[in-house]
Amino acid sequence: MSTKPMTNEQLTNPELAAVHVDDDSADLSRSDVLLKGALAAGAVYGTLAVGPFVRKALAMSGGSDVDILNFALTLEYLESTFYAEAKSRAKASGELKSLVDMLAKDEQQHVEALEGTIKKLGGKPVAKPKFDFPYSGTSGFLKLAQTFEDTGVSAYNGAAPMIKSKEVLGAAGSIVQVEARHAAAIRLQNSEEPAPAAFDPPLDEKQVLKAVEPFLA
Amino acid sequence: MADIKQLAGPQSRRKFLAVGGGSTALAAFLAACGSDSSSTTTTGTTSMSGGKSETAEFGKGDVGILNYALTLEYLETAFYAEVVKSGLFKGADLATIRKFGSEEAEHVQALTQAVKSLGGKPAPEPKAEFPLKDAKSVLELAGTVENLGAAAYLGQAPNIESSEVLASALAIHSVEGRHAAALNTLLGESITPDGAFAVPADVATVLKSVEPFIVG
Repeated sequence: MSTKPMTNEQLTNPELAAVHVDDDSADLSRSDVLLKGALAAGAVYGTLAVGPFVRKALAMSGGSDVDILNFALTLEYLESTFYAEAKSRAKASGELKSLVDMLAKDEQQHVEALEGTIKKLGGKPVAKPKFDFPYSGTSGFLKLAQTFEDTGVSAYNGAAPMIKSKEVLGAAGSIVQVEARHAAAIRLQNSEEPAPAAFDPPLDEKQVLKAVEPFLA
Repeated sequence: MADIKQLAGPQSRRKFLAVGGGSTALAAFLAACGSDSSSTTTTGTTSMSGGKSETAEFGKGDVGILNYALTLEYLETAFYAEVVKSGLFKGADLATIRKFGSEEAEHVQALTQAVKSLGGKPAPEPKAEFPLKDAKSVLELAGTVENLGAAAYLGQAPNIESSEVLASALAIHSVEGRHAAALNTLLGESITPDGAFAVPADVATVLKSVEPFIVG
């Protein structure tokens, strides 16, 4: 019945705020403004204030449902590979070991579902990239897991409003809710707030790709 | 073509409380995506095949959906406020309850603003009463309410016409999912009771579940 102490009362998510690293083009600085704005709006002013930022994101990305699903698939490949490796690398035991096994299973199911859906829509699933996760030990694993899960939630929240088919949107919604649940569970393992802010901000495709780029081998 | 809401059906409440089976959920996911890529979220059409919105009693279109969500957020906010006052919790558990309560209050504010910005009239705050007997039953009720809330947003997301309102609803939806998972952890239950794919709940199911707490 007891929980780990909640350490900070942060309004925004430092992992996401740190997503944007080197800002070297006009496009990217626009993304940076977008990200910070979305985070601030989501955390402080309330949801509808997120709207204008989302509209900019829509204008910047676009793409068909297959494109969006392939974008999501890339993230799910990353997560499923990360957790599959973590089974041996994270040195997890007890409750955490069960959690890692469950996360690996869930993410693998997301991969399969997205691949199946892309094919059903007449598309071709993107190839699985090779990944390299630079961490060691349980705490290194947990830190990276929190970044991936929080980024995953914001990636789906940013991409979902661009989805045209209601069915695909509903399916993406049922995945993002599970990613949010994962994020909360991992955060509790890190003794962090499971829900650090009242609104999970959307990230656009560029911001997300920038965040995962360091892990592509 | 399968309607996403048929996945929830009348069993959804029971289902989100149970530990779901992965393969069934996967099949449901694929069925939901189907082969119909042409259906779009065109402005001005309702998603219900009969042409009548599920949330019509709360208002037209997105206003109705937002007011439905607002009603649920009012209930969640009132619930957490009563739990804080009850004195049943202290320490880290109380801090979590306070935090979740303040986030629900932010959702109330945001949804109220959103309804107004669409030119609608925000739904009134319902009068609510919750059974607060002991810490365990209260946490269980909190878990039920949060899982239901997450399922309610998931059920409505595909019906939202405006992409801005949708983005806003999604930003709340995942936070409800976080709350639900945290409470499930406290209760020693699965963080993902439906497995890898969360199951939506329809309006009738959700309203029936919260009805016992609404007085007058």
